Amino acid sequence: MRLFKKKNYIMLDRPKKEEPIPEEIENPSIPDGMWVKCDHCKKLIYKEEMNEFKVCPKCGGNFRMSAWERIAVICDEGSFMEYDKGMVSKDPMGYPEYDKIIEKAREKSGLKEGVISGRCKINGHDAVVSVMDSNFMMGSMGSVVGEKITRSIEHATSMKLPIVIFTASGGARMQEGIISLMQMAKTSAALKKHSEAGLLYITVMTDPTTGGVSASFASLGDIIIAEPKATIGFAGQRVIEGTINEKLPEGFQKAEFQLEHGFVDKIVTRNEMKEVLGTLLGFHSGKGGLQ
Amino acid sequence: MSNASEVLAKARKVTRPTSLDFIEEIFDDFIELHGDRYFADDKAVVGGIASLNGMAVTVIGVQKGRSLEENVSRRFGSPNPDGYRKALRLMKQAEKFGRPVVTLINTSGAYPGIGAEERGQGEAIARCLFETAGIKTPIISIFVGEGGSGGALALAAGDRVWMLENGMYAVLSPEGFASILWRNPSRSAEAADLMKITAHDLIKNGVIEKIIPEAPEGIENNFKFTTDIIRDSLIKEFKLLFAISKEDLLEQRYERFRKFGEFDEGTC
Repeated sequence: MRLFKKKNYIMLDRPKKEEPIPEEIENPSIPDGMWVKCDHCKKLIYKEEMNEFKVCPKCGGNFRMSAWERIAVICDEGSFMEYDKGMVSKDPMGYPEYDKIIEKAREKSGLKEGVISGRCKINGHDAVVSVMDSNFMMGSMGSVVGEKITRSIEHATSMKLPIVIFTASGGARMQEGIISLMQMAKTSAALKKHSEAGLLYITVMTDPTTGGVSASFASLGDIIIAEPKATIGFAGQRVIEGTINEKLPEGFQKAEFQLEHGFVDKIVTRNEMKEVLGTLLGFHSGKGGLQ
Repeated sequence: MSNASEVLAKARKVTRPTSLDFIEEIFDDFIELHGDRYFADDKAVVGGIASLNGMAVTVIGVQKGRSLEENVSRRFGSPNPDGYRKALRLMKQAEKFGRPVVTLINTSGAYPGIGAEERGQGEAIARCLFETAGIKTPIISIFVGEGGSGGALALAAGDRVWMLENGMYAVLSPEGFASILWRNPSRSAEAADLMKITAHDLIKNGVIEKIIPEAPEGIENNFKFTTDIIRDSLIKEFKLLFAISKEDLLEQRYERFRKFGEFDEGTC
């Protein structure tokens, strides 16, 4: 019996089909600024297709938003009055070329530092708002971020206003060493005073909210909202994997994971965010008792 | 004065006394209390009530093991959220009964694990910082060995922070720092020097108020030398802190942390 019979095939030259343009391209060479790649579905998006919420039109995933883009979609038009506009960091640890690192971050982000704060109205309700920006050294918290957030909380306390903080940060800024760590205690203590004055604090956790920011003001909201799929957690995933020597489960440290474990009140999409914030601020405005 | 890497090596030395050793030597009649009342009793944090020269005090310490086996059960002194929640429960208990609080810090940082994240490591640390700002009883923290990251700060947000001569305190371990900023953990000695982690560095910028000396022959060879100083210093300092009104105590605690930050107002 011939078990391994060799078959002979006739080879034909088939006409090649026109190759479809792959939707997933690793390193596309396209003119700068016209197309962006979605981190979620990996598809290329024509920039003009994207609306002011910076949501992928193909999969609904969020692109990272700058502080000013966020202020534009959250604060009532013309209502935002910025605090501490010019504040810049010194170099508390003497980190090599820190001034150059800061300068680069400024060029990249168009910001002086990693957070913008001010007073505004949200659907007619007065509030103090602080918005972190991951484009500036991954939103890391050094002296300026800590000080601006603390001052905005203190302003809110003295004006008896609610505060809304949009968090986006990898954590404490390593280049400012222990002084960065102290910002965690400073911001948390300011929130304690705000809370004892009976005032409302809403956190909106955006991608990413990790490290020292998750372990201080981000986790202290009376109400904690998260954006879909935002990474939220304390320890870095590589550090955890290195410690426990196993792969992390799918969806670990995502907003949905935090909702499931009870650390987030509600996941809200960007186009609903202003409405939800407005309604929550309204509930706490002290106006409108029973008719 | 030894350089930062030497201090780091001493702070981490396996023969260095642990928090429980300090507790046994400094205080009398220590009764350990367990559990956070939510989920678990984290063995990386010990706490309870003891007598300091006749006065009841609440004592909390991050506990490394004295053997490999014990170290595994205490996760080498890296607390889970349950440890921070236990510490906070004991601090609130101290407030209720008017006892002062002593915390002993010796940790490379909060534990990075799946369970820790599922139970809200970030929230647990944040809650400690937030609540400590309002606890109406004096709190003194002593860095007896390593102090790393938010996992150390969570238990050191009170009125006074002291450090042993060969203790250290940093935003992150020098290995982690070198790994994040330079992608090279082997440059940790360089990182340690740059990071200003020693007691002598930290007293300059106000992160700590007091350096507690260790005997020249090494702390493990003359432990009493250091613990006697700690006991006397605690007695004196608590007397001073109890003389302050509760409101002023909290306001001074607020200012203690409010002052940190180096920036220019700049121009718009």
